[in-house]
Amino acid sequence: MAGVSDVPAPSPARRAFPPNWPLRIGLVALALYVFYASSILNITWARFVEGFGHGGRFLSRMFPPNFAADKLALLYSGMFESLQIAILATVFGILFSVPLGLAAARNLSFAPLAWFTRGLIALLRSFHPVILAILFVKAVGFGALAGVLALIVASMGFLSKLIAEAAEEISMKQMEAIRATGAPFLSVLVIAVAPQIMPRFIGFSAYQLDSNLRNSALVGLVGGGGIGATLFTAFQRFDYDFVLTIVLAIIFTVTVGEILSGWMRRLFQ
Amino acid sequence: MDASVRSAKSANDSAGHALELRNLSKEYRAGIQVLKNISLKFAGRGIAAIIGPSGTGKSTLIRCINRLTDPTSGEILFMGTDLAQLKGRRLREARRKIGMVFQEYNLVERLSVIENVLCGRLGYLPAWRAWLRRFPAKDIERAFSLLDSVGLGDFANERADRLSGGQRQRVGIARALMQDPNLVLADEPTSSLDPKTSVEIMELIARQAAAQGIPVIVNIHNVELAKRYADRVIGMSKGEVVFDGPPKALEHSHLLQIYGGEGWLE
Repeated sequence: MAGVSDVPAPSPARRAFPPNWPLRIGLVALALYVFYASSILNITWARFVEGFGHGGRFLSRMFPPNFAADKLALLYSGMFESLQIAILATVFGILFSVPLGLAAARNLSFAPLAWFTRGLIALLRSFHPVILAILFVKAVGFGALAGVLALIVASMGFLSKLIAEAAEEISMKQMEAIRATGAPFLSVLVIAVAPQIMPRFIGFSAYQLDSNLRNSALVGLVGGGGIGATLFTAFQRFDYDFVLTIVLAIIFTVTVGEILSGWMRRLFQ
Repeated sequence: MDASVRSAKSANDSAGHALELRNLSKEYRAGIQVLKNISLKFAGRGIAAIIGPSGTGKSTLIRCINRLTDPTSGEILFMGTDLAQLKGRRLREARRKIGMVFQEYNLVERLSVIENVLCGRLGYLPAWRAWLRRFPAKDIERAFSLLDSVGLGDFANERADRLSGGQRQRVGIARALMQDPNLVLADEPTSSLDPKTSVEIMELIARQAAAQGIPVIVNIHNVELAKRYADRVIGMSKGEVVFDGPPKALEHSHLLQIYGGEGWLE
C-alpha cells in the first residue's frame, strides 16, 4: 500500500487482492528447504561444471554411431523383442482391463465390488513399470516374459482406471432403454455401454501401445528383455558408439509408434 | 409382421385386461408418497393418456409398471403374474412383452437406426449373438418392415445421432414395436418435439397401436393431444387419480382439479 499515498487507503474489507499469507509463508519455506536440501546433498556449482566436462567426453565417445553388421543384428533382435513385448503387453493388458474397469464403474457394478476393484487398481497403479519389472525378474527370471508381465500389470492399472471413468460418464438413458427391452445384463453392456465408451477406449488403448513401446526399452534395463537389455550390455562394455545407435533406433521406433497411435485415434474418433 | 400381430392380439383378448394395478404406492423418501394407492385396470386395446402437472407421479407410475422404478408396495398384474414380485431372469422375461417409448428417445446414439430397432429383440438373444450382431433373419426382415411403416426405410444404416428429434422418436417407436409387445408405455413421447412433430408422433403411435392391437399407456403434458388421441384420460394430481374417463367427459372443472389454479386456462 506504500505506493498509493495520494489515494485514500481503501478499507480492508474492499481490497481487490488481499495478501495470501499462507501462500507467502509456504513459498518462503519451500525456498529455504531447497537451499537446505541441496547443501545436504552436496550439490554445488563446482560439481555441476565438472559434470559438464564428463558429459562432453561421454558424448564425444558416442560419435560416430556404430553401424557394424554384427551390432545391427543385435539391434534388430533386441528391437524385435521389444516390439513383441509392447504388443503382447498391450493386447493382454486390454483384455484384463475391460472386466476390471467395468467392475470398478460405480454405475454398472454394485458398491462393494466397485470399491474392491478400485482398491486393486490403485494398488496396480502405485508401482512404476521399472519396479514391476524388477519384481517380475525376481519371480520368473531374466528375459522377455518378465518384461511382458510387468507391462501387462502397468497397462492394467492405466487402462482399467480410464475404462471405469469412461463407463461412469455414459448416458444412463441409453442403457435404461435397453434394460427396458428385457435384455440380459451382458447384452446391455455390449449394446448400450460398449458403443458409448468405444471412441475413448480406442484412444487410450492406442496411447497405451505407444507408452508400452517406450516402457519396453525401460524394463529391459533391469532384466526384462528387449532392446533395454541390449542397451544395458552396451553401456557395461563401454560401447558408447553402439549406445548411440540404439538410442537413435529407440527414438525412431517411439516416434513411428506415436504417429501410428495418433493416426489410429483420429480414425476412430 | 402379421403372425406376431395376431399372437399379440389373442394374448390380450384372452386376458381380458392387459394390465391391472392394485394399491400401487411409491415413496422415494420414507413417508413422502409420490404415488398413493393407485388402482387402475387397463383394457386389452386402446390408448390411455395420463395427464397432470409435473412432479405429480405420472412418470413414476409408468416406470413402476416395467420396474425401471421399484414400487414401495402394491401389485402389478400383467399376463397373469405380479411384476412387483419378479426379479432377475423372470423380470427380464416379463419386460420383453412391454415396449417403452421415452421422452428423449433414448436411442443408442452411436449405433445405426436398424441396430436400434433390432435392440427390441435383445431379450430373446444371448449376449454373444448381440455382440456379433447375429440376429435371426426373420427379426431383421421385420425390423426393415417396421422402419418402412414408421417412414424411415431409407435411414436404416444412418447413425442414430444423425437423425432429427421426430425421426429419432419414430425409431424409438419401431424399437418398442419390435418387441412384439402386449403393452406399450410411452413416457412423455412428444415433450421434446415441436407441435407439428408431436401430432405426427401421436398419430403414428395411435395408428400402430390400432393396427397391431396393442394397448398403450401414454404420459402426456398436452391436454389437447390427449383428448384427440386417447380413448381414455386419467388425470393425476399429487400422486392420486382424480379423473378417469373418456376424453369427452373431461371438463373445465376437472382440469382445474388436476392442474389447480385458474389463470393458465384463460
